Amino acid sequence: MGRITATGLSWSVKGHRLLHDIHLDARDGQIVGLLGPNGSGKTTLLRLLAGLRRPDTGTVRYDGTNLRDLNRRSLARRLAVVEQDISTHDHVSVRQVVELGRTPFRGRFDALTTHDQQIIDAALERTNITDKQHRSWHTLSGGERQRTQLARALAQQPREILLDEPTNHLDIRHQLELLELLTTLEITCVIALHDLNLAARYCDHIVMLDHGRVVAAGTPDIVLTAELIASVYGVDVLVDREPTTGVLRVTYLAPTGIGQPVNQT
Amino acid sequence: MMTMPVTADQAPPRSGRASRVVLLILAAAGLLASVVGASLFGTANLGPLVVVPRAGGLVGRGGSPPAAPLPRLLDALIWESRIPRVLLAAAVGIALAVSGTVLQSVTRNALADPYLLGVSSGASTGAVAVLMLGIGAGGLSLSAGAFIGALVSFGVLLILLGGGRVANPARVVLTGVLVSQFFAAVTSVVLMVSGDANSTRGFTYWLLGSLAGARWQSVIITGVIVLIGVVVVQFFAPALDAFTFGWDSAAALGINVTAARIWLMILTAVMTAAAVAASGAIGFLGLLVPHAVRIMASPMHRGLLPLSALVGATFLIWVDTFARTAFSPHELPAGVITALLGAPAFALVLRRVAS
Repeated sequence: MGRITATGLSWSVKGHRLLHDIHLDARDGQIVGLLGPNGSGKTTLLRLLAGLRRPDTGTVRYDGTNLRDLNRRSLARRLAVVEQDISTHDHVSVRQVVELGRTPFRGRFDALTTHDQQIIDAALERTNITDKQHRSWHTLSGGERQRTQLARALAQQPREILLDEPTNHLDIRHQLELLELLTTLEITCVIALHDLNLAARYCDHIVMLDHGRVVAAGTPDIVLTAELIASVYGVDVLVDREPTTGVLRVTYLAPTGIGQPVNQT
Repeated sequence: MMTMPVTADQAPPRSGRASRVVLLILAAAGLLASVVGASLFGTANLGPLVVVPRAGGLVGRGGSPPAAPLPRLLDALIWESRIPRVLLAAAVGIALAVSGTVLQSVTRNALADPYLLGVSSGASTGAVAVLMLGIGAGGLSLSAGAFIGALVSFGVLLILLGGGRVANPARVVLTGVLVSQFFAAVTSVVLMVSGDANSTRGFTYWLLGSLAGARWQSVIITGVIVLIGVVVVQFFAPALDAFTFGWDSAAALGINVTAARIWLMILTAVMTAAAVAASGAIGFLGLLVPHAVRIMASPMHRGLLPLSALVGATFLIWVDTFARTAFSPHELPAGVITALLGAPAFALVLRRVAS
């Protein structure tokens, strides 16, 4: 279980500042949710955390070690990234995709060892996709692709994992299964999410982004208030607790200023 | 769940290391047999007993009984024409198949091929410039011109594609067409302005891609460049695999993406340039062979690269053998045959890509 610490991150592209002075701390197998509307900077922040883009200012540390002092390969041995909507034209099988997770551990000319194969089998098993391991990537549904990528990430045996809206394309059952799985793993997770109720239920800590700034951070109870959601998302909501579990519940009412309840579709 | 029958929509089952090695050994044996076999075919009718000892002597193994001395002419025919030609076909086949495999992965584009991307066309321009403008002299400077021309066109292509950042297949191919047409036009201008009829005709033959000019000198130079290239490319097999889902994905798997891309682009440019300088523009092989190998075996590059190399070499040896013997005494340029086979195959690849 690793610790990810980001301090004072900012990033701009072509003169547009997309992230301003972001602080984030994820540790000890926590699930940290990144929330915010489209374009608020969730994906960009995940890329900076993964070292895929260089921040203009600020530092990212893994267990106290500056990201810049870690080479790509040793970083990939502890950090896995699940990107959003990735694709390929190669006709690779599910198992071959999961095998890619062993890349940072494998020499240039080494075959996969029995140990590697066991790790791959376990990752396929945990993501419940063993029976499809010989299927071609191109024949998979969106949910199956997402689970394949998660299996690939688990095959890296990471201490930290970054996930960019992994519940997209998943039906409700698979959304819950995926997040339940993350809670059982001893891996520190930073996860971009759209669904406020999923965030309320599964995240230990939430970072709310708006226009590239952190506007609130803390436990779901602290962050998910009707006022904050109204100001960030522009939606009037009712926040209460689900009676049987006591989990925070967000009910969407209407876009702010319209004032009439709308049916959720 | 029941064991599923193998259907068309399933990837081939995981091939372990054992089956990969078996495939490689089979392909290597096939290539060796082709080198010997193809040397037997020719307009002059020479039996195996005559050719094999010569080929055996070539690889340094005098296993066969000493043959009766050949007439000087036939001896020269085998030594100075057929064997170098077969070996050059092998080297060019390896270079084009491996370059195609690498380009398809690096540009993340199933339609990438050195010929379609205009590299061959740039080589022609370089050679024509040397020939017509009288820079340097002799066959070697012609090859050097082709080599430089190929590198220049490849550079132009890369600049237009933002260093390989463009992933849209249609745009990559169209950019290749553009580069190809531009250099073809430059070639035409040079030919029309300064060419005499004879050299123009000889040149056209070379533009179509032919191995007829194979001499030991070009075989050795091309062979050395291609062998070094193929060995170095193999070091990047893990990177090529990791590119499957794009550059960010590869970087997150611990690959130094920038370094890998620069190295791979230089290696393909040099190998393609060496091949085109020796044989002219032989098209579609770089597209055809890697796709065939991906269907037969696994798309993972540790196996795909060497297998593509062996299949590419074998394929071009037989294409060239057919080209020089089928319509004897007339000879077809090998590039015409690869285009005849390659254009329909390209249509199939397009369908596979679209699915």
